[in-house]
Amino acid sequence: MGERAVTHARRLTLAHLWVAFAAFAVAAVLGVWQMWARSPLPAPYLTAESYFTSVTAHGVSMAYVLTTFMVMGFGYYVAETALGRPLPLPRFAWLGFWLGIIGSAMTAVTIFAGNATVLFTFYPPLTASPFFYIGLVLVVVGSWIWCGLMLWAMLDFKRANPGVPVPLAMFATVANAVLWLWTTVGVAAELLFQIIPAAFGWNESVDVGLSRTLFSWTLHAIVYFWLLPAYIAFYTMAPQAAGGRLYSDTMGRLTFILFLIYSLPVGMHHLFMDPQQSSAFKFLQMSFTALVAAPTLLTVFTISASLEIAGRLRGGKGYFGWIAALPWERPMVLATGMAFFMLWFGGGGGLINMSFGMNAMVHNTSWVTAHFHLIFGGTVVIMYFAIAYAIWPTLTNRLPMSPRLQRLQLWLWFIGMMVMTLPWHYLGLQGQWRRVATFNYSDPIIAGWGPWVIVSLVGGIILLASALLFVWNLLQFHSARAVVATDLRPIYALAVHPPERVPAALNGFALWNVLVLVLMVAAYGYPIAQFFIIDAPEAIVHRVNGRG
Amino acid sequence: MRADTEQEILKTELWWTALVIAIVTAIMLAIIYAGVVHHINPPSNIETIDPKTLHLTGEFTESNLGTRVEAGDQVTSRVVATQFAFQPQCIVVPSNRTVTLRFATPDVIHGILVTGTNVNTMIIPGYVSQVHTVFTKTGDLLMPCHEFCGLGHSQMWATVRVVPEDQFRPGPDGRASCDAR
Repeated sequence: MGERAVTHARRLTLAHLWVAFAAFAVAAVLGVWQMWARSPLPAPYLTAESYFTSVTAHGVSMAYVLTTFMVMGFGYYVAETALGRPLPLPRFAWLGFWLGIIGSAMTAVTIFAGNATVLFTFYPPLTASPFFYIGLVLVVVGSWIWCGLMLWAMLDFKRANPGVPVPLAMFATVANAVLWLWTTVGVAAELLFQIIPAAFGWNESVDVGLSRTLFSWTLHAIVYFWLLPAYIAFYTMAPQAAGGRLYSDTMGRLTFILFLIYSLPVGMHHLFMDPQQSSAFKFLQMSFTALVAAPTLLTVFTISASLEIAGRLRGGKGYFGWIAALPWERPMVLATGMAFFMLWFGGGGGLINMSFGMNAMVHNTSWVTAHFHLIFGGTVVIMYFAIAYAIWPTLTNRLPMSPRLQRLQLWLWFIGMMVMTLPWHYLGLQGQWRRVATFNYSDPIIAGWGPWVIVSLVGGIILLASALLFVWNLLQFHSARAVVATDLRPIYALAVHPPERVPAALNGFALWNVLVLVLMVAAYGYPIAQFFIIDAPEAIVHRVNGRG
Repeated sequence: MRADTEQEILKTELWWTALVIAIVTAIMLAIIYAGVVHHINPPSNIETIDPKTLHLTGEFTESNLGTRVEAGDQVTSRVVATQFAFQPQCIVVPSNRTVTLRFATPDVIHGILVTGTNVNTMIIPGYVSQVHTVFTKTGDLLMPCHEFCGLGHSQMWATVRVVPEDQFRPGPDGRASCDAR
């Protein structure tokens, strides 16, 4: 019976991840075309409508479909393999999957019909076809089912194993599920109470200050929802792949708790340049944002220490000799090194973005586009690749002859991302602004940007080559020689000192949910309430459907 | 890296945590210093205006747009951002003097930056956005709409003409426009 259930969860994981990576491949093609459109080179099919249709599809596919399906699929995998138990209620998991599929399809149809050129971040009072938003709501509802199943699986494990610590990979996955439930409250309120009624024509005006504030609630925490699978891989898979051990299990738990707490009351740093919020609350949320640097810096230390253990076990000597001794030929180790490298650039840029007044230099310039492509597209997505390469053998019971093409694919992604985003950072500082289809290169200020835009386009082409090679590599698994499951090495690292017992606070989330509630009331209570107090004037709804 | 006992690991992690706290504190102090001493703060005047009527009465009526020298020699420039143009398309300002830029919109979300400067703000229907700045370089600067406002967004930009202070000659009513020079 257990055997059947295990097979079932594997099919579930494969289905989710293939949807995620199919959306990713389509979005990668669109992304390169968008960069071509913005460059001085003449691009085919370019109209304002085709460009913003493409940007909307690129954003929705990468930020909502790739991420949500990846997090869900990987979560089911972790729940089954880390807990060593069959996944509870697999029928509900398939229900969540099909809700996500129906929602994604509904959203895709409205986008490609030209009825949703509002980008993935909406911008009310612009409103798209209501079915664009309803499709996205269905994806979110599907992911809420996933959240419930992750909590259920953890509680089931605790009931069956009293006093035994929840394995770190599952603890972190549940942290992400709890984080996602909190995160989606903001956008759900915006969509259900403001945008969808406006899109149906039930409301003729909308309070834009309120909608931006509600969206900001979601806007930063969502990136940690995307990011946590990468961190789960750093803590549990990379040390094992390198042949070492996790330096500290406790620090891992603390890191994921800190992410849960400090990714939420910080979204207003996306509104620094907005006139409807006061400096006081911007400053408060900026301070919390500074604190979210802490779990990342702790991770850099703990994972470096874990890899050092691996390097020394392999004979590395001296201060830096252990780095050369690491098994860089293994995709998980290579991807972790590249992810950390991109994290330094992306994280450094992020510290500038969150710096209150300094944000004025970069807000809505290509600098910001560069920042999130580097940290999400770079650090996070390269770990999605590494996770896929690590778990595909156990999902398919098949193994290709050599990981050579996997390494090539990772190198192409890393190089492409650097070549694309470094010029964007520079252009952003020169004042190149975001979200336009074309630039007027006859203007003397803009003319000088042209060569750098072409360099970044070259980076984009390298990224597209890598994306297609990634899909090819995954397909190779399905036709490779079969191996028996016992050949496959365990993928989760043991800690140097595996925990025998951990305090309740490090084994569950009740306490931390209370803390999140307190912080959210402090950070968002008045900023949301003020719109009902000052009675802000509303804006007239502008519908973009019907190609208007 | 010693890892023989849990105590040793804990001690090392705590040292690192202390360093992390020191780094975060240093960053915060730098930001507070820039805000308090150099007045580098985000635009945050919560000042409402009704997008449905702003063109009919008050400071954003058509005849009151553009640059004007007001009481106390205060230079203020008012601009309306609409789908898909700024009104006026060009504003003239003197260099090396404090200039106040005020923006409002009757329709959807817009935003502006001025190339080569730190001028940057969102323009949100329902609110007046206000930025104080000093332009130090003369010449024509680009002021594009930097937030997606619809299919014509890419064609939406204005010019900020920064002139030397002695060439900034407002008329008897205190107004200065790009055409008048």
